[in-house]
Amino acid sequence: MVENRPLGNLVAHLILILGVALVLFPVYVAIVASTQGPGEFLRGTLPLVPGSHALENYRAMWEAGLSRAGAPPAGQMLWNSLVMALAITFGKLSISLLSAFAIVYFRFPFRLFFFWIIFITLMLPVEVRIIPTFRVVADLGMLNSFAGLSIPLIASATATFLFRQFFMTIPEELLEAARVDGAGPLKFFKDILLPLSITNIAALFVIMFIYGWNQYLWPLLITTDPDYYTIVMGLQRMTTAADGDPQWHLVMAAVVMAALPPVLVILFMQRLFVKGLTETEK
Amino acid sequence: MARIKLEGLKKTYAGGVQAVKGIDLEVADGEFVVLVGPSGCGKSTLLRMVAGLETISEGRLEIGDRVVNDLEPAERDIAMVFQNYALYPHMTVFDNLAYGLKNRGFKRDEIERRVQEAARMLEIEEFLPRKPRKLSGGQRQRVAMGRALVREPAAFLFDEPLSNLDAKLRVQMRVEIKQLQRRLKTTSLYVTHDQLEAMTLGDRLVVLNGGRIEQVGTPMEIYARPASIFVATFIGSPAMNLIPLDYLRERGNGLLDDLPEGTDIVGIRPDDLHMQAPSGPHLVVESKLELFEAAGAESHLYVRLAGSEQPTVIRTAGQPPVSEGETLRFHVRREALHPFNHESNKRMGG
Repeated sequence: MVENRPLGNLVAHLILILGVALVLFPVYVAIVASTQGPGEFLRGTLPLVPGSHALENYRAMWEAGLSRAGAPPAGQMLWNSLVMALAITFGKLSISLLSAFAIVYFRFPFRLFFFWIIFITLMLPVEVRIIPTFRVVADLGMLNSFAGLSIPLIASATATFLFRQFFMTIPEELLEAARVDGAGPLKFFKDILLPLSITNIAALFVIMFIYGWNQYLWPLLITTDPDYYTIVMGLQRMTTAADGDPQWHLVMAAVVMAALPPVLVILFMQRLFVKGLTETEK
Repeated sequence: MARIKLEGLKKTYAGGVQAVKGIDLEVADGEFVVLVGPSGCGKSTLLRMVAGLETISEGRLEIGDRVVNDLEPAERDIAMVFQNYALYPHMTVFDNLAYGLKNRGFKRDEIERRVQEAARMLEIEEFLPRKPRKLSGGQRQRVAMGRALVREPAAFLFDEPLSNLDAKLRVQMRVEIKQLQRRLKTTSLYVTHDQLEAMTLGDRLVVLNGGRIEQVGTPMEIYARPASIFVATFIGSPAMNLIPLDYLRERGNGLLDDLPEGTDIVGIRPDDLHMQAPSGPHLVVESKLELFEAAGAESHLYVRLAGSEQPTVIRTAGQPPVSEGETLRFHVRREALHPFNHESNKRMGG
């Protein structure tokens, strides 16, 4: 398509720039706000130029947190979030890889039935089944634990479904060649299926990690011990300080820290991620 | 090194479809046997049953001196070359060749030695560090062969290994496969739908149709004495002409009286219709030339026989001076007639 219409170009770019600004402005505000001193917000206007208190704000949040608002140090909460997100990610990946492997490569009774059962759970995300799930977790004594934070979120129909679709594109002869070459099912899985799925795994890793990291309602529900607070729910605690105004400059420092790990994960895995979403390597 | 023996082999799918309807065959040690037939004739299924990739519904399969009906493919001591090569895309050529040996617990230096030797034999040494993606079709084909070679198995199974190659490469690889098999003297079972490939490669051919064996024999036996109308038209290109006996009898001046009992169709190879009259007894047919096809060293004449609308093909060497629409006379020697019965589809008179 070759087009040369300066006016059209201009309008298109204006719209795009506006869109980018809409997304980036709040991020910018958060970063700027996290560098302000304690008094700035009380004046009623949002400062738009960086202040000079960045280091002390971040240090305060990292080490001490907002104890007055019932929030432990951000370092602790970030760690909790990381553990939870990674547990969910690895749990989801390993379970869905194995179940997709079973569904695609093994003939067992009610195979299709089980596939549909897994598929149907797509309709039941955490938020929908949160009360009964809470009950179960509570009865199992998993409140205030990493197990309670992560296990109920691990079962994943999405990833199972995606891996199933991917496995079905792998030519059957590959399995047959492996059988002739003396590879049993698990060897085939380890030596051939896993290496071929690596880009898909990376793509799903990013998606799952962000999913786990952004969990809000579930940790809010099952953790009462500050030792297990995650950063995303911790933010909420900070903003609802019981007495007095929220200390926005500190909250914003926590916000920036909370936003950082997903960004880093995407940056590091971007190449694999894009590859996994767009092409199937044959 | 081993013989392969198939006894009453049958394959019935879950839906009740019978793909292989009882095959008896013995492949001698070191022999190169080609299974040939149209698509859907069960040849690939049969090969996959020998490989262990399809279960055997009925019958007995022996490789070497063992009954292998219930053994896994890896335990049957066979190696298979697939139509789409089925190379592991994430492994280098070296690892592709080595994978089967690794799984069998070979020592590292033995693997190295065997892979290098196979690579040298197939002239793919320079590709060993590369991934299959970076190779051309012909090179991938060699790697697929190499994967079979390194194992030094009792038998090679080839499942249409050349059909993804272009015509020129196909001829070249065909020759190489033949030479390789001659050198290694490994029992081989080769599936193809290409009758030319079958004729040129096999020590013996097995012509399959509808899950049954139509005929077994050396390529020349099958070409010279096709046992059924199916084999007659399947083997040889252009296909054999089938002409009703009644039509020829009018022109045969008694020459056809000694054809076997029951003959009602006569097959004539396109090469057996000559423009010059041969010495010795022969028939003469008149025909009108409809289409002339020059193919370089040979020409194909598409004619209709006079007094019948029977389309007939003639192959002659070089380029005869003929023009379309012309009436031509062709001479057929008595020995070149293949007597068939159209109801039983069989050759008459044994």
